Amino acid sequence: MTETRIERHHYDVVVIGAGGAGLRAAIEARLAGKKTAIISKSLFGKAHTVMAEGGAAAAMGNVNARDNWQVHFRDTMRGGKFLNNFRMAELHAKESPQRIWELETYGALFDRTKDGKISQRNFGGHEYPRLAHVGDRTGLELIRTLQQKIVSLQQEDKREFGDYEARIKVFAETTITELLLDGERVAGAFGYYRESGEFILFEAPAVVLATGGVGRSYKVTSNSWEYTGDGHALALRAGATLINMEFLQFHPTGMVWPPSVKGILVTESVRGDGGVLKNSEGKRFMFDYVPDVFRKQYADNEAEADRWYKDPDNNRRPPELLPRDEVARAINSEVKAGRGTPAGGVYLDIASRLPAEEIRRRLPSMYHQFKELADVDITKEPMEVGPTCHYVMGGVEVDPDSGAAYGTVRGLFAAGEVSGGMHGSNRLGGNSLSDLLVFGKRAGGHAASYADQLTARPKVSVTAVEAAVETALAPLQRDTGESPYVLQQDLQAVMGELVGIIRREGELADALGKLAELRERVAKVSAAGGRRYNPGWHLALDLRNMLVVSECTAKAALERQESRGGHTREDFPGMDPKWRQVNLVCSLDGDAVRLAQKPLPKMRPELIQLFDRAELAKYLTDEELAEFDALTEEER
Amino acid sequence: MGTEPKQATGKPGAKRQFRIWRGDETGGDLQDYTVEVNEGEVVLDVIHRLQATDAPDLACRWNCKAGKCGSCSMEINGKPRLSCMTRMSTFEDGETVTVTPLRTFPVIRDLVTDVSFNYEKARETPAFAPPADVAPGDYRMQQVDVERSQEFRKCIECFLCQNVCHVIRDHEENKQAFSGPRFFIRAAELDMHPLDAKTDRKEYAQAEMGLGFCNITKCCTEVCPEHITITDNAIIPMKERVVDRRYDPLVWLGSKIFRRGQVPQTSVTSGHSSGAGSTGAADSGVHSHSGGSHDTRAERQAQQGVNWHREVPHPTAPAVDANGKLPLTELTFDKAAAPSPFGDDVAFPLPPEHLNFAHPQQDEPKH
Repeated sequence: MTETRIERHHYDVVVIGAGGAGLRAAIEARLAGKKTAIISKSLFGKAHTVMAEGGAAAAMGNVNARDNWQVHFRDTMRGGKFLNNFRMAELHAKESPQRIWELETYGALFDRTKDGKISQRNFGGHEYPRLAHVGDRTGLELIRTLQQKIVSLQQEDKREFGDYEARIKVFAETTITELLLDGERVAGAFGYYRESGEFILFEAPAVVLATGGVGRSYKVTSNSWEYTGDGHALALRAGATLINMEFLQFHPTGMVWPPSVKGILVTESVRGDGGVLKNSEGKRFMFDYVPDVFRKQYADNEAEADRWYKDPDNNRRPPELLPRDEVARAINSEVKAGRGTPAGGVYLDIASRLPAEEIRRRLPSMYHQFKELADVDITKEPMEVGPTCHYVMGGVEVDPDSGAAYGTVRGLFAAGEVSGGMHGSNRLGGNSLSDLLVFGKRAGGHAASYADQLTARPKVSVTAVEAAVETALAPLQRDTGESPYVLQQDLQAVMGELVGIIRREGELADALGKLAELRERVAKVSAAGGRRYNPGWHLALDLRNMLVVSECTAKAALERQESRGGHTREDFPGMDPKWRQVNLVCSLDGDAVRLAQKPLPKMRPELIQLFDRAELAKYLTDEELAEFDALTEEER
Repeated sequence: MGTEPKQATGKPGAKRQFRIWRGDETGGDLQDYTVEVNEGEVVLDVIHRLQATDAPDLACRWNCKAGKCGSCSMEINGKPRLSCMTRMSTFEDGETVTVTPLRTFPVIRDLVTDVSFNYEKARETPAFAPPADVAPGDYRMQQVDVERSQEFRKCIECFLCQNVCHVIRDHEENKQAFSGPRFFIRAAELDMHPLDAKTDRKEYAQAEMGLGFCNITKCCTEVCPEHITITDNAIIPMKERVVDRRYDPLVWLGSKIFRRGQVPQTSVTSGHSSGAGSTGAADSGVHSHSGGSHDTRAERQAQQGVNWHREVPHPTAPAVDANGKLPLTELTFDKAAAPSPFGDDVAFPLPPEHLNFAHPQQDEPKH
């Protein structure tokens, strides 16, 4: 190979990812006095965090004074079906309020209560109104606030050192393709500028991963192109481990057509306000899918269901309001039985149920969103909806207090969606924004102190860099391979059809076979064009990350023989207390994904005693319950 | 995508003509593509289809595809737009759709431009100053008071307003002194923030951000995909109040008596603020059209001959009072005697980088 130019930089802490978690981590590292680099795959301030609408959950008690961290902790554990890392859930519940208040000192402007405090709104799974919000653009406010805080730190540095970038620099439109190790210690990161295609090497003893999720492996997703599981894959290749990869959050009603709005979520309140689901035959099919345990609460005929909207006390609820996974399962079954819409969804009809005026009044943002983005008038025509991939609960297995990755690697930290454990098997709405702040700060701070206590800086090896260059250039030098776009579509088809919202043993095994085939093809992918801002090349490089992460998901989904939160097995429909005691841990053995079972950490007595015995009985094994009883006995 | 149906409503995907600018900073041209367009698609969908078929290396920025991140700004049939929000159904059947990169910023490749100008201006805009005596958690603000700033915080930084602003669209030379509408609303947002501790946002916008260049053609408001009323709610109030405070005799008198911790009385086109040195911001990238220059590099350059790159001061409308009249009363005017015929911001001697004269013997040794 001819000589390749590589730009070199030295930093104390490199943060990969410029969403909420990454920016918060970078702020903390810089406040600790470390020279910090922020790597952003897109332009600064465009991160996927902007898509979060609902709000950031924090038990400030502004609207209901009875709220406190214990209640929030309880809600989080319940939402995650007790598979959460309890320590993370505890830290999150305790520290969220400070993290939100801190944002105000950076300039954030949340909506207010009458007495001038931060307003908080109700959200599914939260016992009290808890979500700090700014209309329906809370994520944007969070990103902008953190972005502007970084600018203000740069202004301080400019005053002190005469250079904005003396201590914190944003590398926009830069992708990291490889972490570089010195033995087991992180020594740096290698990547390229998207704009020029030039290579860039960061020498740094501490790296924080904050790269978000994996949704682009699915055809219907609310995630942006950046969500290719880069951090998950980088961590695996560096010797870290992933947990809970079988848990993906699907929203039952994402738009599937028209293409301009594919993946965008249709809020549950459309169904709460009278919207009904119909198949291509015009049948309101949800009545066929009410599970026995819900018969008492849910109507079995249209007349009663329709009366519920006016008189909820004397009628049972319409089956459209079953829990998310039930609705998703029903839609999935209808489509698979050939009664779906042409685009592979079902109809969500509110137009024939309410007068146009009323729809506009009750669902103004829905109405405007569809009108503006898709020219769909939801007061006149039904929407086409289906399950949408939304969030991955799984991620890098980390030490709950420091965010340091487990496994063999040292000097690697993770925060936000790329880390696993906090949300267990299912994330509550609103908990992700506060997750970013709480664990972003922790990871940044601990990365800084890790860099501090090192006596010698790890060294980047020349051969590792050469190998990284070779891997990065390979797709451009091949001209016989397949197009990365075709491969991505095929990967999305495998994941969407076989490792989607409802899983079966046979299909999962089939998926693993197909992923192995895809692995061969991805290894030979070729990208046309040059190095300069070439999206085909960028996708070709992202593909191997998407692939290895998809393998983790498929493997773990096959292994876990129960249904819990974001993992539904048709052949094992119930929750099994035995399975609650284990996390599935993925690691890389050469090229192959290896799966291991690992016991969940045991909750401390004062935390488990926050729950009722009756509730615990739904989740715990008999032995665990006996232990709990002994504990209460002791107290007396 | 084999399983994906082409149509949901039965109409077959029609072929449409697209002309897309391909090239880089060395040049390029419009290339013709015939591409399938399905009902319900937006321009960005079509660009993605082109990437997956005829033009795999077609460069284009995008992220959320839902009008929330502001990444996919481009010019579609000459109009600055977000391509994810431009529905194909808005074009006539058979109409050729021409897509070009944003014109105000240098091209990197194809539809991707170098928007770093905006990030530089962001960095020059003084950040939120938290009130010194309010602890985190104790911030109290009323909803009505935060709403004014919240309107500007809706900004998704698509930079369409910057792109369309004629002050910089075809005037590269104005970029240094002009921050643009995106940052005027940032200044306005902070100015209206109930707890921001900095009190000179308006004066700063006028003196250092080039607010005076704006002559209110409202192009920025028109293109804003978030429908922020940039001109009416941010720029005009900022201009008006600067003028008010500056020329209202009572305000002026008051400010002479009770000196506020502000930039010392800045005139509309800046001038002597850099010399005053009483504010922290004074030395950070002050752009003055004139006034004493202590930039030795510029002086040296200027002495080497004709300075083709000098900043030509942009003509600025005179500052007028509430009645649209020039403030002529000497009594209430803040300078002795009448305004300078050269403009109040021009100080003598003129700084050398503004001179276009080179002495024929300037390079010869003096002794």
